[in-house]
Amino acid sequence: MPAAVPHGFYTDTTVCIGCKACEVACKQWNQLPASKGGAPQLSGQSYDNTLRLSGTDWRHVKFIEDFKTEDRSGGRWMMMSDVCKHCVKAGCLEVCPTGAIIRTEFDTVVIQSDVCNGCRACIAACPFGVIDINPANSVAMKCTLCYDRMKLDMTPACAQACPTASIQYGPIDELRDRAQKRVATLQAQGETRAQLYGADTSILGGLNSFYLLVDKPEVYGLPANPELPSRNLAASNAFSAIGAAVMGVIGLVSFRKRRMDRFAQQGNNE
Amino acid sequence: MIDELYSASAHWTWWIIPYFFLGGIAGGCYFISAMLDLVGDRDDRHLSRIGYLVAFPAISIGLLLLVLDLNQPLRFWHMLLRREDFIPMPFAFKWWSPISYGSWVISVFSGFAFVSFLAALVRPGDTPRRGPLGLFQKIHSGLGVFSKLFVLLGAIAGLWTASYTGALLSVTNRPIWANTNLLSVLFLVSGLSTAAALMYLLGRRRRSVSEDALHRLTRFDDLSLGVELIVILGTLATLAAVLGGLPSDWALTWGMVLGVTLLAVIVFGIIVPLAIGLRQSGGRSLVLASTLVLLGGLFLRAVVVFSAETMEKLG
Repeated sequence: MPAAVPHGFYTDTTVCIGCKACEVACKQWNQLPASKGGAPQLSGQSYDNTLRLSGTDWRHVKFIEDFKTEDRSGGRWMMMSDVCKHCVKAGCLEVCPTGAIIRTEFDTVVIQSDVCNGCRACIAACPFGVIDINPANSVAMKCTLCYDRMKLDMTPACAQACPTASIQYGPIDELRDRAQKRVATLQAQGETRAQLYGADTSILGGLNSFYLLVDKPEVYGLPANPELPSRNLAASNAFSAIGAAVMGVIGLVSFRKRRMDRFAQQGNNE
Repeated sequence: MIDELYSASAHWTWWIIPYFFLGGIAGGCYFISAMLDLVGDRDDRHLSRIGYLVAFPAISIGLLLLVLDLNQPLRFWHMLLRREDFIPMPFAFKWWSPISYGSWVISVFSGFAFVSFLAALVRPGDTPRRGPLGLFQKIHSGLGVFSKLFVLLGAIAGLWTASYTGALLSVTNRPIWANTNLLSVLFLVSGLSTAAALMYLLGRRRRSVSEDALHRLTRFDDLSLGVELIVILGTLATLAAVLGGLPSDWALTWGMVLGVTLLAVIVFGIIVPLAIGLRQSGGRSLVLASTLVLLGGLFLRAVVVFSAETMEKLG
């Protein structure tokens, strides 16, 4: 049994070759169904036929074709294996009304499928668009970071299958040190855009699945400054309370007048 | 591009829009009836009775729609009770999650609405009933200060029921919904205006309801519509900075459709009924105005819900 310290993924996008072994391993281990009965579907978008994370695709290899200039000079073809970020401050966990979403002893975020009732609040709350309903069991599902394997001190299926060590698994502190060294190496080699996304606490208190990117997060389909949904709670309720007070006064003015009129009339008669 | 565009759709659509509408009407009807009971005249009880008779069925149908919207409807009770190893552990409650505290608010409001509904089954002036119905009558209006407190608390729960749905949308990471904090107050005010419009339409058909009571109800509706217009313009102002950052393909398709619909809601669902009300027209004009307010309230919720639901996830 491993010590219960925060564990997670460090994904180095510079060494991803887009083989999709992670997608396959994830589907196989977690027994996730194929979409549309496994019939071949070609999206026409590069080599990406998965297109997005969903209730049945907990890993998604993105293919980013960056050929902006006409002569294609400086063109890049980037790949990134996307997954749930297991945020330290998780929006999904924050809003879940049933308690189905829990934080594990490894600081990861897991949905208990026997508790979830499919209200879908977590889907709208996730700033990364990770969660979706699995049509096979009609509950919200996403990467568990192979919680079942973690408890047995095993590496998650995707990281185990990754042939280039683009997906690395381990204690978060160790992964951060490793990633920072890799950024330093890349920058020394001239890749000045190399940066870590989610390794520090600036994004949602830290992402337990963080990334090494060589461009702005938006290029990889990641929000630059994701926030918790609760940022709007106090203001929404405050405006609501003000509105209720205003409408209460309007109600008093509108519905009380007759009684006041009667009092006034009685006064005049006297 | 705004960060909210990277989130995914919650698929809150066809069950949720009528629920938002009915929740507003239920909460609004209870609030108006409570105000009539608390500060109105004895004769107003004929009108307030209509509100109580609407509130409970409306929230009941709304609750049914909410349950049907769940992907696992039989687990609806997980919203209120924690489930651990088949032993219900009280309670599932998060004050920071509108969908969680909202589940409690509508449950509590349903209780108030139920008691008041049963009490309202007896016409004002009729002999008080015995048995369970008499008990509900006593709780609702026969216990002096306690009954007034009961109705007041029910009214507060009603207002909360009408408004928390807006907070539910704002406390997400979806575009438009999360970019304004005014949806809760918008739904609150709209709930009250639609409730007043419905109570007018039902009240004018009953001889027992006085012209004076209906007149004050329409005046309340006019003031509500005025506030609603201010809030809706305020909501658009808070969204102004965001609208430019939305995807152009969405703006040219769904954005146009929803924009035109919203304009129609503002003109025909708020300004025209307000103008009719201010001209102090009577009879059929007010029926038309009230019908327009109801339709406006329904389409307003559809526009708000679909504004985010029609937007594809980026990346």
